[in-house]
Amino acid sequence: MATRLTVNQRTQDVEAAPDTPLLYVLINDLSLQGPRFGCGLAQCGACSVLVDGVETRSCVTPLSRVEGKSITTLEGLPAWYAQQQKLAAVPELHPIQQAVIDEQALQCGYCYNGQMVKAAELLSKNQQPTDAEIRTAMNGHICRCGTYPRLMKAIKRAGLAMVGGAR
Amino acid sequence: MSENMLPELPRRAFLKAGGTLVVGFAIAPSAFAQNPGQLTGANDGPAQPSADQLDTWIAIHADNTATIIHGHHELGQGISTTLLMIAAEELDMDMSQVQGMPLETGKSPNQGLTAASAGIARGGVRVRLAAADARQALLNLASTRLGAPVDRLTVSKGVVSIVGTPGKSATYGELLGDKRFNVPFTGRAPIKDYRKHTIVGTRVPRRDVPAKAAGKYAYLQHIKVPGMLHGRIVRPRGQGSFLHGAKVMSVDASSISSIPGARVLRRGDFLGVVAPNEWDAVKAAQQLRVTWDMPAILPATPQALYDQMRAAKTVDRFVLDRGDCTAAFARAAYVASGRYDAPYQLHGPFAPNCAVADVKRDSALVYSSRQTIYGTRQVVCGVTGLPPEKVVVRFYETSPSYGRGCQEDCAMAAAVMSQEAGAPVRLQFMRWDEHGWDHYQQAHTADVKIGCDASGRIVAYEYHGWQHNFTSGDTTEIMIGTKKPGEGDGIRAQGPTLFNTGDQYTIANWRIVNHRVPGMNGYFKAAPLRSPMDIALSFAGEQTMDEVAFKASIDPYQFRRQNINGERWLGVLDAVARASRWSPRRASFISQTGRIRTGRGIALGTHLSSYGAAVAEIEVDTETGVVIAKRMFGSIDPGQVINPGVVEHQIESQMCVAASRMLKEEVTFSTTNVTSLDWGTYQPLRFGEAPDVTAVVVDRPNVPSSGAGEEALAAGAAAIANAFFDATGVRMHVFPLTPKRVLAALQTAPA
Repeated sequence: MATRLTVNQRTQDVEAAPDTPLLYVLINDLSLQGPRFGCGLAQCGACSVLVDGVETRSCVTPLSRVEGKSITTLEGLPAWYAQQQKLAAVPELHPIQQAVIDEQALQCGYCYNGQMVKAAELLSKNQQPTDAEIRTAMNGHICRCGTYPRLMKAIKRAGLAMVGGAR
Repeated sequence: MSENMLPELPRRAFLKAGGTLVVGFAIAPSAFAQNPGQLTGANDGPAQPSADQLDTWIAIHADNTATIIHGHHELGQGISTTLLMIAAEELDMDMSQVQGMPLETGKSPNQGLTAASAGIARGGVRVRLAAADARQALLNLASTRLGAPVDRLTVSKGVVSIVGTPGKSATYGELLGDKRFNVPFTGRAPIKDYRKHTIVGTRVPRRDVPAKAAGKYAYLQHIKVPGMLHGRIVRPRGQGSFLHGAKVMSVDASSISSIPGARVLRRGDFLGVVAPNEWDAVKAAQQLRVTWDMPAILPATPQALYDQMRAAKTVDRFVLDRGDCTAAFARAAYVASGRYDAPYQLHGPFAPNCAVADVKRDSALVYSSRQTIYGTRQVVCGVTGLPPEKVVVRFYETSPSYGRGCQEDCAMAAAVMSQEAGAPVRLQFMRWDEHGWDHYQQAHTADVKIGCDASGRIVAYEYHGWQHNFTSGDTTEIMIGTKKPGEGDGIRAQGPTLFNTGDQYTIANWRIVNHRVPGMNGYFKAAPLRSPMDIALSFAGEQTMDEVAFKASIDPYQFRRQNINGERWLGVLDAVARASRWSPRRASFISQTGRIRTGRGIALGTHLSSYGAAVAEIEVDTETGVVIAKRMFGSIDPGQVINPGVVEHQIESQMCVAASRMLKEEVTFSTTNVTSLDWGTYQPLRFGEAPDVTAVVVDRPNVPSSGAGEEALAAGAAAIANAFFDATGVRMHVFPLTPKRVLAALQTAPA
């Protein structure tokens, strides 16, 4: 049974049972590398994507629930950002991705799909979040390498870049 | 982490000092002796490149670049960058001219496990010596071509020229470009003086970060092979007692007949399902009706577990017995003593393990994230019956276990499933498989007693520790019947060691006794977890140290300082004291009355090498029992620092993990099985609870590198425990410091 999906601004039909969690479709049918399996229980954030701009756990989201909605994965963050900011060209990286590189924030980086998707969602609404706002927003995203302190710095750095870029 | 060698440290001196010393671990010959004989040997197994040939390690290309072919596995710790830094430095090349190579059996040299924080300490030595050998060989070629003796040649960015003769030069690429060295690896070429280093010791950005940030990094989970089926293992939710294991009573294959293409695979007690579609495999594994034999033979509570360990018929051994503790305690002005308990803890990699196996009748290709390609090949051979020369293992990164998690089990399981299915299988462990069938950090219980004289000088230190050993035999091989459950041999990191139970201090009368518990029946699988045993040892030892200091009315930093064992321990202790602006005072609980109490703590610790110290500043909510590590200061002296940015990141990470393990993490169980099977029932530290961290690296560029991946972890954990006493005046004798435990401890404390 075909479901029409819009992922990273591209619409296509996928053949999968409607109860299939979106994550498995993104990985196996669309061969995306951003969203990834972490717990299958919506506890860790490895699988996060944006659905109409809202961070969503794709591991527990059935395909049937996202038909007709706009799904953005890590791969699509730069274009999503460009659209939001009305930039003339799509940058190579979203500011949070650049900040993660500049701060050398990640270690294994496996959780950073969700960390960056969630941070992008936060920064789209609040470009200069306080420590407390960052902690609250990011609390649902586990990192087992213990890179939270650097990620905190990266999110602030990205926010500053966005404010600077908007002016 | 069980393979750690002991580098040359001052502590070796007291090993020679004697007493009735029964040292429980082999003192390996120094990895830094630069003896080429020690650089080969272990590598001469079947179907692997010969370690004593230079071409195994380095290739020079016509475009004047080099490939460094090492055998260390990137786990997010930056080894794929730092080893290249060492090579570029010795070769006199630019970082832009060197690259690594993916790890694969038969192509990569066998450098064993990437573990024990030894990637730089041991792996780096080989890479450095190989690069020096290569440089020497290239200079010999240049000497002939340029007509000048080697001692008149100089190299910059891989271009050899004659000192004082501009215009005449040859690049490495021109000298050797894509041809073989064809010379033995001698390990005897001169090594560059550290004072001339321009790459080592600098903050070179990690090679793996940009692709990971861009979402373009290929993790093991991204590997697909043509025609592969999706697999899931089927096991009881949560392991039971190790010796009994899980035995299949019955399987009802018809319970998954409604799922298209789903098949049950069975070998002995090993069960799995495969399906062409991944979601179908997930559903089949959940839906398959299996009856398991799982007897109720585990202790009912953590307390019962610790009591069971103490009551066991143990094998007792002096790790150290120096001087006369009994007499010294009798003379001591102040004595502190107590019992401390530590739980089983989980590796719990953020990504549950994955492996892809394509096992054919006479060959196999396995993709695995276990941090030894050759070790993985060996266990794949064990379960498939194939000879090593017919099996290829490729390493791909996933999130690390920081020890021996389920990587090996997953690789074996994938191989068995592929063999049974007659097709390639991508096996993804579910979260409960990983949580439930890990080899845990084993539980520990200790009696500690420390005495000092009236001036605060330590006169005696006695430590008794109870725990079982690491286990041997992994779940898949036990279930299919090719291995029996067993126990490790008891060496290294499986009980109290002198390094983390007193080496920080000058102690005249010192006794450490290891009470080895037989761990087969009524216990869980166990294997090294980052800084194995050390958090438990420091929790007990460093809290007792604080308590005796408190009794002697001496500030805990000053107390440690006046008893310190050598300048390297002093260096890290002072580093964290300075960073945290520590000023001596009495414990702060005396002046606090409000709901939120604050405290600070300091501690020393290590694993088997390097030197670690930490300060923790915490808040205790006396109404909810919630403890938050607000700020932490960590320091490591790892000898020569290759990349200070990478070491700082390791320290930051260790402070977060210390908070996680001290405050939150605990394997829970019923009398039949483990019950902490997800992130709700096994709580990790979350962003909202993460400390602000200040990392201080103590660089000793003239001392061999000794590792920085785990050595401040135990100090960080004990610093939090000491901070709890500072905040509340109450000693915690078991961790993690969960709200329930904290409230209970505060209630029983005198007002």
